[in-house]
Amino acid sequence: MSQPTGSASLGHAQQQPAPPPPDLVEVTLTINGSPKTLHVAPWTSLLDALRLQLDLTGTKKGCDHGQCGACTVLVDGRRINSCLTLAVMQEGRAVTTIEGLARGDALHPMQEAFVEHDAFQCGYCTPGQICSAVGMLEEGRATTDDDIRELMSGNLCRCGAYPNIVAAIRQVMDAQATDAKGTDAKATNKAGGPS
Amino acid sequence: MRAFSYDRPDGVDAALRAVAGQAESGSPGSAQPPVKFVAGGTNLLDLMKADVMRPDRLVDISRLGLDGIEETDGGGLRLGALARNADTAYDERVSTRYPMLSKAILAGASAQLRNMATNGGNLLQRTRCYYFYDTGTPCNKREPGTGCGAIGGVNRIHAILGASDQCIAVHPSDMCVALAALEAEVRVTGPRGERVIPFAEFHRLPGDTPQIDSTLAADELITAIDLPPQGFAAHSTYLKVRDRASYAFALVSVAAALELEGANGATIRSARLALGGVAHKPWRDREVEAELAGKPASLETFRDAARLLLREAKGRSHNAFKIGLAERAIVRALAEAAGVEHP
Amino acid sequence: MIAKPTIPDLLDQSPDRPGAQIGKPVSRVDGRLKVTGAAKYAAEFNTPGLVHGYILSSAVARGRILRMDTARALALPGVLQVFTHENRPSLPWFDRRWKDDDAPKGSPFRPLYDATIHHALQPIALVVAESFELARYAARLIHVEYEADPHQTDLQAASAAAFTPGKDKGGFEPPPKPRGDADRALAEAEVSVDLEFTQAVEHHNPMEMHASTVVYHNDGTLTVHDKTQGPLNTQTYVCNVFGLPKEAVRVISPFVGGAFGSGLRPQHQLFMAMLAATTLKRSVRVELSRPQMFSFGHRPETLQRVALGARKDGTLTAIIHEAVQETSQTENYVEVVVNWSGQQYKCDNVRLDYKLARMDTHTPLDQRAPGAATGVPALEIAMDELAARLGMDPLELRLRNYTEIDPNTGKPFSSKELRACFRQGAERFGWSRRNPVPRSMRQGRQLIGWGMATGVWDAMQGQASARARLGIDGTLTVGSATADIGPGTYTAMTQIAADVLGLPLDKVSFQLGDSNLPMAPLQGGSWTVSSVGSAVKAVCDRLRERLAKLATGLNDGPLKGLKAGDLDFAGGFLVARSDPSWRLSITEVMRANDLLVLEEEALSVPYYKAQMQHKAGTHSAVFAEVRVDEDLGTVQVTRVVSAVAAGRIINPKTARSQVMGAVVWGLGMALEEETMTDQRLGRFMNHDFAEYHIPVNADVHDIDVIFVEEHDEVVNPLGAKGVGEIGIVGVPAAIANAIYHATGKRICDLPITADKILEG
Repeated sequence: MSQPTGSASLGHAQQQPAPPPPDLVEVTLTINGSPKTLHVAPWTSLLDALRLQLDLTGTKKGCDHGQCGACTVLVDGRRINSCLTLAVMQEGRAVTTIEGLARGDALHPMQEAFVEHDAFQCGYCTPGQICSAVGMLEEGRATTDDDIRELMSGNLCRCGAYPNIVAAIRQVMDAQATDAKGTDAKATNKAGGPS
Repeated sequence: MRAFSYDRPDGVDAALRAVAGQAESGSPGSAQPPVKFVAGGTNLLDLMKADVMRPDRLVDISRLGLDGIEETDGGGLRLGALARNADTAYDERVSTRYPMLSKAILAGASAQLRNMATNGGNLLQRTRCYYFYDTGTPCNKREPGTGCGAIGGVNRIHAILGASDQCIAVHPSDMCVALAALEAEVRVTGPRGERVIPFAEFHRLPGDTPQIDSTLAADELITAIDLPPQGFAAHSTYLKVRDRASYAFALVSVAAALELEGANGATIRSARLALGGVAHKPWRDREVEAELAGKPASLETFRDAARLLLREAKGRSHNAFKIGLAERAIVRALAEAAGVEHP
Repeated sequence: MIAKPTIPDLLDQSPDRPGAQIGKPVSRVDGRLKVTGAAKYAAEFNTPGLVHGYILSSAVARGRILRMDTARALALPGVLQVFTHENRPSLPWFDRRWKDDDAPKGSPFRPLYDATIHHALQPIALVVAESFELARYAARLIHVEYEADPHQTDLQAASAAAFTPGKDKGGFEPPPKPRGDADRALAEAEVSVDLEFTQAVEHHNPMEMHASTVVYHNDGTLTVHDKTQGPLNTQTYVCNVFGLPKEAVRVISPFVGGAFGSGLRPQHQLFMAMLAATTLKRSVRVELSRPQMFSFGHRPETLQRVALGARKDGTLTAIIHEAVQETSQTENYVEVVVNWSGQQYKCDNVRLDYKLARMDTHTPLDQRAPGAATGVPALEIAMDELAARLGMDPLELRLRNYTEIDPNTGKPFSSKELRACFRQGAERFGWSRRNPVPRSMRQGRQLIGWGMATGVWDAMQGQASARARLGIDGTLTVGSATADIGPGTYTAMTQIAADVLGLPLDKVSFQLGDSNLPMAPLQGGSWTVSSVGSAVKAVCDRLRERLAKLATGLNDGPLKGLKAGDLDFAGGFLVARSDPSWRLSITEVMRANDLLVLEEEALSVPYYKAQMQHKAGTHSAVFAEVRVDEDLGTVQVTRVVSAVAAGRIINPKTARSQVMGAVVWGLGMALEEETMTDQRLGRFMNHDFAEYHIPVNADVHDIDVIFVEEHDEVVNPLGAKGVGEIGIVGVPAAIANAIYHATGKRICDLPITADKILEG
């Protein structure tokens, strides 16, 4: 077995200068409803573009490798890990982050429910949990609590708030179901006031 | 992540031009092809951040279309290479005609990753071997010739079948295990035209060249995965055993599919069996499948089949438990597929 | 300056008192900030001109760096510097300058100090560049040549040279001297068990990766945003290491994304960011990667033996608990896992033995319930095995040997409602319906098991100060330099302050995470409510006393002549207890005295005398139900009931969440968490969230938390013991015991992964 070293590029390449950092490219995205034009290098993840360029630090970096879900955002309404996509790849798409869920002072029902059920402690996984939960309800595949548990398993919570997270989501799901049974006009209060 | 350039061609031909010339006469390529396609990004970007993959150029194929799910003339389904894993699993035709495939896809990764990852990318996932990911350690798959860290190292998650003295990594996909059992076909296009790769020939064993995962050439593009008409909807399952209830790679997984005949379906007409988490590729053993044909659908038959399939399994310092586990998982999956009581 | 803690008397703990806020299940006061993404963590303070550092980690476990070639990295436009041991500025030589509030005896690790490699993944270089991605890229261009020396990372082998440490770390006493003759009693016991245990390495892995943002101001002063459990610890460390006056460094860390002990010591990203900022005179951020989260402290690997002897009636006659834990080559990390075994049960013959073995790893680090989470499960699994051999109910065995005094010290407990935990927990769980025979409960292919165990943790208090400012509009601001790593410190402190002064919660704000605030100890060991809460109470008591004096001194006021003790404070009013219609608002009192603000600061010190005369601890009874699939080796924990006695509960809502979360930790410890070492490389291998498994949502089912009423006048003026640790302690054993009950397999190696169920 060879002696491992701290560098993966060895030998002859040592003398060659490394390729320079990539040039910036222009990318236009819709972020929380507003068009934004960024100048990013291709190697910038959507996550880092949000956190560093747009100062939208609500989206969290918990592993940077798609293994924790803290960076979950909605792209064209679907939940994804923003750490595993490049900002340039999302050109023209609509990105919703945790900062875009509330309407003014009125929290999104999922945000309300998370507070009410104490569905977090340190709060670091929370924006990802909430975006993921909103995305999950949009997908419409969860019925039982076990479904919620399985479909929310892509969001780690080291504080172990899982039972409260399930309770919070259950409350919003039930409220949506009640709304849906009620007047159709009120049925799509996804981004509206408290449930 | 090394410096790279990025572009998004507007058609398949332009995409192929971007990778043209990086494969010698269609050979499977090197460990580090300079140009890589990116679609979902869930594995490639992960590996680039870890400095395991170091392309100079990324070609974004995510907007080329190729994301439909269509009927084929022969009565099967064609899954677009760029259809998302989630869309595939939840497609009603897939979930009713190929429930084993839906189940396998949904057993993998997380909802977010399944929303991103494409079918073609799923096939091209690279191993989760610790040593492959850690550039401070030796790995023949990452840096050919440096040795295999896992042999004699931490190898709890490693191969028990088909490994070589160069590499004992396993293929991490769940979807591919079901596709192997279904005998899907991989449609690819490239400078030499289109070709169809039978699923069993798509992934390869490590041998002396563990840096090469598949028979896809570095200048080729997967366009679709064809499912044959037989989906084994009545008698199939996907069983995944892992270290936690969700969001973990398989220790062992089994795709089991049966055609039953006779009174109350007591006899096996044909069988398909594929294993995940045990080898460098989804593991299929046609000899075992042939043995099952014509036998009664009983626990005894299943136990014999499991033993036969694992006859040459080899455990290492930490993964020997997988042999017994695989045996029991095969029995469990076949029993579930057959609807046989398993006490 | 030191507050007398008894005025006014808050021993009436009813949440129905006028003005009561303590004991109410209120939602977190910082909840809105957390659910909207507005709460800012260490890596989220963006500032113009910020540059980014990326750390390069060692590939070898022990040896030295022969050569580092950084030319290719430095040649890239936008790379500002590569810091290594060769070009670092002068750093202090004395160990004392590198010590922090949680440092054990020995030499703390000094990043980039010299060419020596002490452990795998050791940081060996810092690249600083204009962007994060560029710094990461450049780090990969550095070529390092090492000379590797033989290393030792195998605890079994290292334990041959184990030694007995002294009192090498604050908060941990060496084991008591043996009582009686435990070895002889064991040999002569009518029934005995003798089991060996292993506990795997665990990493804290808070969701927020360790990060520090150092903002460089034009006048050379620095604002440091650090992931820390104590802003003052961070401040002291950086001032000592970099030779800076305290006035030049302000630490501001209002939110911490979990820590569980990982933020008790300054981690190397702080050093790196400081090094770069002070050298380059730029604002710098250094954030670890998830694999690098495995490059510093961890719960140490542990080998244990627990032997118990008993009479046939279950009376314990012998307890022997021996443990060997890893520590580094340079520091004596101790957590004395054996001591609770001498404290839990009445027994005349006890021998506790604790040793350390040196390995080539980073110094281990306190992790949730350090010591107890490792040692108590071993004792409690052994107790379960003893119960099985006695043919006795495990709960009955514990009651048979119950102790009202701490046998280690002979002191009475300040309070111990463990019997009530057993009773209420057992009833809620339905324990009486348990068939004692292993493998007797089954549903389909699933074997069902019920297990129980006891938990214990210490109730401690440290000195702390708080400052309070009451405005004439009745708004109160209280502050102390503590942290809130997730337990709900903002909320609990707000409640305590509001309670003392009878204010609505929305009139009170609490500040923390700022080194400019009055002194508070590290947040850890479940002592923040006890320490900082007492300071908050003390400073608010002062204000209350002053307001009472001002109000009763007003000649034409309705409260004239009353004594402070005759008044209630509620709803922003001072109210005569005898006739609530006689009242004055805080605003009225202050206006009448021409006061716009009232300010106070108070230091709270423990009741040393009373505490010296008692043993203070939290206790719990944990009941768990598992379903085991024996064919596949999988375990599902379907139900956990945790009944906790922890004194007064300031906020039942957040306290329940803490215990529930700790149950999830216990589940991880029992079934999933293990950092695996390649002994040839001396390196942790599964260093990411894909392969280091922590519980996911689908692993967690019903968790029922009971707080047993417990009154304690010794622990502190609040009577609150803290609940951060107690929730985990009993859980691993309860689950392991449930697995035994389900399968008949006694597995003593944690975590109990599928391979152990299949082979066990």
